[in-house]
Amino acid sequence: MSIPASDTGPVNAQIASAMPNEFLTFTLGEEEYGVDILKVQEIRGYDTVTRIPDAPDFIKGVINLRGTIVPVVDMRLKFKLGRADYNEFTVMIILNIARRVVGMVVDGVSDVMQLTPEQIRPAPEFGSAVNSRFITGIGALDQRMLILVDIERLMSASDMALMDNHSQALQ
Amino acid sequence: MSGIDITRFHQTFFEESFEGLDAMEAALLRMSSGPSDAETINTIFRAAHSIKGGAATFGFSEVAGFTHVLETLLDLMRSGRHEATPADIDCLLRSGDALRSLLTAARDGGQPDRDGIAALKAELESRLKGGGETPSAPAPAQASAPAAPAARGWRVRFIPKPELFASGNDPVRILRELTQLGRCEVHCDSERLPGLRIAHPEVCYLAWTIELHGDCPREAVAEVFAWVEDDCELHIDALEAAVEVAVTATETRAPELKLIEGGKPATPAAAATAPAPGVDRRAETRGDGSSIRVATEKIDALINLVGELVITQAMLQQQSAGLDPVQFERLLAGLSALNRNTRSIQEAVMATRMLPVDFVFSRFPRMVRDLAAKLGKQVRLATSGEQTEIDKGVIERIADPLTHLVRNAIDHGLELPEVRAASGKDPIGTLRLAASHQGGHIVVEVSDDGRGLDRRRILAKAAERGLPCSESMADGEVWQLIFAPGFSTAAEVTDVSGRGVGMDVVKKNIEALNGAVEIQSEAGRGMRVAIRLPLTLAILDGMSVAVGEEVFILPLGSVVESLQPQPEQVKRMAQQGSVVRVRNEYLPLVDLREWFALPGTRRATHEAIVVIVEAEGRKLAMQIDELVGQQQVVIKSLETNYRRVRGVSGATILGDGRVSLIVDVGAIVRLFSSPQTPAAIAA
Amino acid sequence: MSRILAVDDSTSMRQMVVFTLKSAGYDVAEAADGVIALEMAKKEKFKLVLCDVNMPNMDGITLVRELRGLPDYKFTPLLMLTTESGPEKKQEGKAAGATGWLVKPFNPEQLVATVQRVAS
Repeated sequence: MSIPASDTGPVNAQIASAMPNEFLTFTLGEEEYGVDILKVQEIRGYDTVTRIPDAPDFIKGVINLRGTIVPVVDMRLKFKLGRADYNEFTVMIILNIARRVVGMVVDGVSDVMQLTPEQIRPAPEFGSAVNSRFITGIGALDQRMLILVDIERLMSASDMALMDNHSQALQ
Repeated sequence: MSGIDITRFHQTFFEESFEGLDAMEAALLRMSSGPSDAETINTIFRAAHSIKGGAATFGFSEVAGFTHVLETLLDLMRSGRHEATPADIDCLLRSGDALRSLLTAARDGGQPDRDGIAALKAELESRLKGGGETPSAPAPAQASAPAAPAARGWRVRFIPKPELFASGNDPVRILRELTQLGRCEVHCDSERLPGLRIAHPEVCYLAWTIELHGDCPREAVAEVFAWVEDDCELHIDALEAAVEVAVTATETRAPELKLIEGGKPATPAAAATAPAPGVDRRAETRGDGSSIRVATEKIDALINLVGELVITQAMLQQQSAGLDPVQFERLLAGLSALNRNTRSIQEAVMATRMLPVDFVFSRFPRMVRDLAAKLGKQVRLATSGEQTEIDKGVIERIADPLTHLVRNAIDHGLELPEVRAASGKDPIGTLRLAASHQGGHIVVEVSDDGRGLDRRRILAKAAERGLPCSESMADGEVWQLIFAPGFSTAAEVTDVSGRGVGMDVVKKNIEALNGAVEIQSEAGRGMRVAIRLPLTLAILDGMSVAVGEEVFILPLGSVVESLQPQPEQVKRMAQQGSVVRVRNEYLPLVDLREWFALPGTRRATHEAIVVIVEAEGRKLAMQIDELVGQQQVVIKSLETNYRRVRGVSGATILGDGRVSLIVDVGAIVRLFSSPQTPAAIAA
Repeated sequence: MSRILAVDDSTSMRQMVVFTLKSAGYDVAEAADGVIALEMAKKEKFKLVLCDVNMPNMDGITLVRELRGLPDYKFTPLLMLTTESGPEKKQEGKAAGATGWLVKPFNPEQLVATVQRVAS
């Protein structure tokens, strides 16, 4: 299992214990985010999705990823950022989290970055689009500021409506 | 000799022991349900006997010790010296459970319930005495036989009977054996030898006197002659004392006696609370030459691959539809062969996952017996169609619902013997379990000849629970009420079947398998619950329908017909949506576009297509845009990476690679036809 | 060189006997009950037959009696593998024509020692 999900645990402790050091970075609106590269299965263009009833608008539907059915979340819609249009430049990050495969549409994928523990600072209590409880820290590299997201916790959260144990909260 | 690691045989020993216990239990149940033949008790005896032999050989002394007592009792029964009473059979059944737990503990290293087992062992022993017989002298471990005086050696006088050879023994071998014990001086006595011309080569005429010099116990010498002690006259005298001692069979204590009760002191283990005995009951049948064991994952991987193949094949089929049949004759012929082959592969692969339904049925004889005894009822269990094959996944998931239905039938359905007799019925109730193929389905039925469902009580209860119901409801609809969550018809909650979870769970489990539950009941005559299941969980015969851009799959089994209704067939009901009149029925109309909140404007019903679907005995009209076609689809789970979706039972991948959702007709029918709807329309 | 026939309905016991004897250099055939064993014995002359007493279809006592009646097995050593140490079973076995017996439980060493006694 990965980082233990504890809503109240001190952020610093998490940084010290289980901080990954290689991140895939992507942009959402004005902000740049980083997710643990080990959670990323692949990056691909946007496919035709099949709509799913009874789902929030940011869940675009499901795609066929080599025979398995994979849900696709549009983070731009989820966090009300950027323009949610779909063209040949739209990218999708396929994540492998909590033993599930989930597709995530973002504005754009930048690169893979290595961060040393010294380059990672605790997350300040500031308002980013993503709720601070999913933010494990801030990566500083030259002029860039990277918001490091615990993507597994974020995707497993009840308001993502991706998993069954939370479906109660939806209704 | 080179040490052989006997632990290598343990796995086999456990497998066959669990199988033996299953066979033993089945035979005991046969005995308890009526007169049994000699072979039944022999089967039981052999199972215990083999377990004991193996356990002793492979060093499971607790198992061996317990089985010894069990075997002794069985031996008395087998030889007719102890008449088996129902209490005996009950005790034997519990002994089987105890053995199972001992074996499981020996295999997995757990702690069996030693106190319980010791008590059971004591009970077995008291039954042995009660039968007027003492255990056939299991000589307690006696490693040290009466100490023989150390001797310088022995004088052995060995006079074989003439027919010694006929037992396969040979004096020469025996003498050779004796030389292993020490230096021997052998004197042959040919006194009895007749003239060689009349001597018969198969008769032993010779006798021997051997002086054995060496410090070996007398028993060791006697042991050499153990096999022939009845075929000879034998005297063994200490060389010093020279006092003759005639050796008789009873006097000889052959050393092999000592090993029987290898496991005397059951290790006084810390009082550990062990789970109830009877854990691993499903030791899989061992692979003989005609079968091999394959991990389920491998089969499932194969099924997935075949699923992909089917999709690819469907895609090719689709792509080739527009080709000129003359120009592409050979290609099309190849594709059609591919189609057939793919189907055959698919069927063959699916068949590897099929198991006879007996895998579930076999658990019931014991359960029925125990339950009937507990409730003071008399039940005869009749099963049929045990060999009907069902997908392994389905089998695993119907076990619980079936168990529940069987419990219900015995607890609520079947009456007490007095009550039955008073109403002119056979005091012994009959519970039937049947499985059969019907079309593309498997039907598993649980029926009883008990009191049947009580319409009045169900209606009263439903009203009390605030469920929509009315006196005018048809029987079929009334029976459906018992599937409502939390509904229980038992006047009092018994610890057998009434635990709050009830028929609603049964129904949910079955529907999760794309199956359906039907009830028939007749007051005073009994009831019958039929579970209709798909042959497999992986493939579905589907009808693809289009709504706007999307294609959905309707399970073909639930499709009754499709039609384009005339405007006058459609009626709008106040607050109830629309209904469609099909012949003399008014069916609730569901627009799939609305239901799934799809973009696009709704067509007028008479410009659209309506598919009549049926589930749980109720019909519904589903409005779609177009019929696309019929095809077999491979069912994929949405829940692997997503969650359950209301009204959707799964997904599949179409020939063009797109995902298509499979409509959960049962769920929609349930939501749309609330019980008063048909009644209100009929009124 | 002729073979030994091991007859036992218990797979684990049979495995143990066969494996042990093979390890000791003997050539061994196996059968799961008396009926199968008798069929095999009619086709091939074994130099020694080791058989369990309690078996389905045909028990060991019957097998011994049948074998002893075959011309080829008139003097062949026939050993019973028995858990019953009481004199009755042995007597019964002897009466049927058994050469001797080996009482279960036995360990591989005891088995080989006994077999060497009659099959060398």
